[in-house]
Amino acid sequence: MKQAEQITRLEQVVEDLLLEARRQGADAAEAGVSAQTGLSVTVRLGETETIEHTSDNGLGITVYFGHRKGSANTTDLRPEAIRESVAAACRIARYTSEDPAAGLADAELMARDVPDLDLYHPWELGVDEAASIALACEDAARNFDPRISNSEGATLYTQRSSFIYGNSHGFVGGYPTTRHSLSCAVIAQDGEDMQRDYWYDSGRLPGELADPASIGRTAAERTLARLNGRRFGTRECPVLFRADIAPSLLRSLFGAIRGHAVYRKSTFLLDQVGAQIFPDWVTISEDPLRPRGQASAPFDNEGVATRYRELVSGGVLQGYLLDSYAARKLGMQSTASAGGVRNASIGSSGQSFEELLRTMGRGVLVTELMGQGTNMVTGDYSRGAAGFWVEGGEIRYPIEEITVAGNLADMYRQLVAVGTDSDIPGSIRTGSWLFERMTVGGD
Amino acid sequence: MSQSIAIARETLLDTPGLDETQLERVMDRLLSRQVDSADIFFQYGRLESWVLEDGIIKEGSHSIEQGAGLRAISGEKTGFAYTDSLELSRLLDAASAARAIARAGQHGARSIPARAAPAALYAPINPLDSLGEVQKLDLMRRTDGAARAADPRVQQVIVSLVAAHDVVLVMDNSGQISGDVRPLVRMNVQVIVEHNGKREQGSAGGGARQALDFFLHDDRALGYAREAVRQALVNLEAVAAPAGMLPVVLGPGWPGVLLHEAVGHGLEGDFNRKGTSAFSGRIGEKVASELCTVVDDGTIPGRRGSLTVDDEGTPSGNNILIEKGVLKGYMQDKMNANLMGVAPTGNGRRESYAHLPMPRMTNTYMLPGQHKPEEIIASVKHGLYAVNFGGGQVDITSGKFVFSANEAYLIENGRVTRPVKGATLIGNGPEVMTRISMVGDDLALDSGVGTCGKEGQSVPVGVGQPTLKIDQLTVGGTAA
Repeated sequence: MKQAEQITRLEQVVEDLLLEARRQGADAAEAGVSAQTGLSVTVRLGETETIEHTSDNGLGITVYFGHRKGSANTTDLRPEAIRESVAAACRIARYTSEDPAAGLADAELMARDVPDLDLYHPWELGVDEAASIALACEDAARNFDPRISNSEGATLYTQRSSFIYGNSHGFVGGYPTTRHSLSCAVIAQDGEDMQRDYWYDSGRLPGELADPASIGRTAAERTLARLNGRRFGTRECPVLFRADIAPSLLRSLFGAIRGHAVYRKSTFLLDQVGAQIFPDWVTISEDPLRPRGQASAPFDNEGVATRYRELVSGGVLQGYLLDSYAARKLGMQSTASAGGVRNASIGSSGQSFEELLRTMGRGVLVTELMGQGTNMVTGDYSRGAAGFWVEGGEIRYPIEEITVAGNLADMYRQLVAVGTDSDIPGSIRTGSWLFERMTVGGD
Repeated sequence: MSQSIAIARETLLDTPGLDETQLERVMDRLLSRQVDSADIFFQYGRLESWVLEDGIIKEGSHSIEQGAGLRAISGEKTGFAYTDSLELSRLLDAASAARAIARAGQHGARSIPARAAPAALYAPINPLDSLGEVQKLDLMRRTDGAARAADPRVQQVIVSLVAAHDVVLVMDNSGQISGDVRPLVRMNVQVIVEHNGKREQGSAGGGARQALDFFLHDDRALGYAREAVRQALVNLEAVAAPAGMLPVVLGPGWPGVLLHEAVGHGLEGDFNRKGTSAFSGRIGEKVASELCTVVDDGTIPGRRGSLTVDDEGTPSGNNILIEKGVLKGYMQDKMNANLMGVAPTGNGRRESYAHLPMPRMTNTYMLPGQHKPEEIIASVKHGLYAVNFGGGQVDITSGKFVFSANEAYLIENGRVTRPVKGATLIGNGPEVMTRISMVGDDLALDSGVGTCGKEGQSVPVGVGQPTLKIDQLTVGGTAA
């Protein structure tokens, strides 16, 4: 089997790399190698627009001379480029400082066996078949309503990757993965008003993707719903973040509890482990070992075995996201978080989306966020937004060109509810989030 | 032949052992169907970065990015494939994959007359070697020292230093070969300050297409350190920002990110060819107040956003986008220019050989006006004075854009008073541009820090503007 051969080849590359690092005098080393191939086909206005054959290789190595380290990476995997990279990493390590926290993750934390998480389901797909799937998606969007006036097209993307990581503890592990996605973006016009929106789905299995026509129809519905948005007066009111944009609130949380932000004291959640940062019904977890999960991984980017973990239980912060470096800086142990949170989810408080609208009664449903606008040191939050005005628990009309502002620490503490409407694409599972009060800026 | 092209040929053809006959074979393969145009883009990239934190040199990294991207265009269709190996057999395979976009038949590729290579806007140097390692690290340590010496409330300092060396070569279907050697250096200082249990951050930096000694001149590096500390201390005192529509005065330089978001992206040729931009079909119309003349200028020597030739081999230009409020033209790459029946403007850019080129900005700025900055501030009774920004974002179809202030002050009765916390500003591009009522005489370009993202591709850009006043803009603070 081709994929198995590739894994074996990449394992050899990693072992050669570690040997070469040792030969050049490094006390310890770690290396990751990946190879990815894919096909991306975009159709627009009923015609194939772009066919892209992707083929990306990557290699990264870090060498340690005592507590001094140097790194290098390359997209070119020929032996001469690999030798150049190892030499560059070793040269750099001559100049970096002694740093007691630098080094491999502890040997006893290495994943002992690498469970098969069922992440490899290639799609034997020709260009014509890919185009016909994308066409079915775009057609469904364009034929949904006469106000759909233009299209940015629909794209089918399928890729297969192999990834190997190894270090001088003797750990070498790797596995193949696949990822498939189908997306569609269309334009709706009504008089002078022109709006764009999109929808997509992605998954490890081709068969997991939503029906192409339903993705196209959702793209069209979302775009049409934005038409004739109104300006809006500045006020304080309840705000409901719809499920598809709620993952950004979790990503801000993860940014704030990243070990690197904690030891730098550059987070608004400093020294909050054991503290109530959410209401007591809130549980937030990560599940890296979920079979077929979109962010699943049997070990983290340092070879540390991953496992299910609650980051927040009963509203109380349970711990930080630590790689080995941040763990040593803080006198703690790695939480297998090198590379980030994998398959995060937040438990719901039990209400459906419609019930959340009724609970809110009168307020703003936010369906789009724009810009960065988050100060991770203070938690001050100010984002551009668009959405809908809700009154009597029902969506009344679209609103646009507004801002929503608050402070993330206050927002998390004052979270009213999280919906059961967690059927959203992507690796983060969450329903819609209801906040009792935020500042909405408008006219 | 310019020195840049000579270096590009040597690095990307001679070293891997390719000659022009072989390149022509690859081009013939690409063109062997009903292909209108095609190109082969070769890239050799090296990047080195250093990070200082906690007063020590914590990290250093070296990167290699190398390969070739092959593209075949037929009408509005594009076929694309790339390879990280410059061996002939791999290039031929990629050519076969890319040409599959076009129907079989005789190729109809048009030849474009050859043109002379433009004068280089930067020296063809390798900035990684432009300073010894000891000097690089000494520069970083002195910068750290300057930040810590600036104020006892400084708790954490992170200094980064990056040098990139990019050599590119592009062959188009007429057989013309263009090349460029692009140095790029960037330095950044980030600080955390703490006072009475309250913490804040500040950051400052700069960069250019120059050697690393750029940071030694004019006290630049130490200036970034002091500027980052100053910003953080200002924010420590900041009160809640206002919410709602206010007159907003934007300072000179980096706040020009306004233009990048409010008009720049909306004037890129691909969106306008497809009719998806709020500016589509509006050439010759008034889209801004008559005080506004906005250009995209890739020809400023040594600037971060500048390019001697773009990634399709077209010399960059100083292109007028808006003149006295009237929309004059779009930014084009070859494909969109051809489909729209206009000339390419030198804006065809790609992140790397593994990405397709598209119309992108270079250095986008507004020309100066008549007013003194003090007059502009004095004209505002109650408003916001924003002098520093983080990033921005735009929805080119609806025209809605945001940009986030991270240093701003209240203007009360014509005077700058208290600092306010960071806030996002939101507006509609074409609408906001008509509300620009005063333009200062103090045009400044940013310090060389901009990176623009579009469809997942990042490229270095510049922005600039004089002080200017927008009569009404929505400010996203918390003080309703």
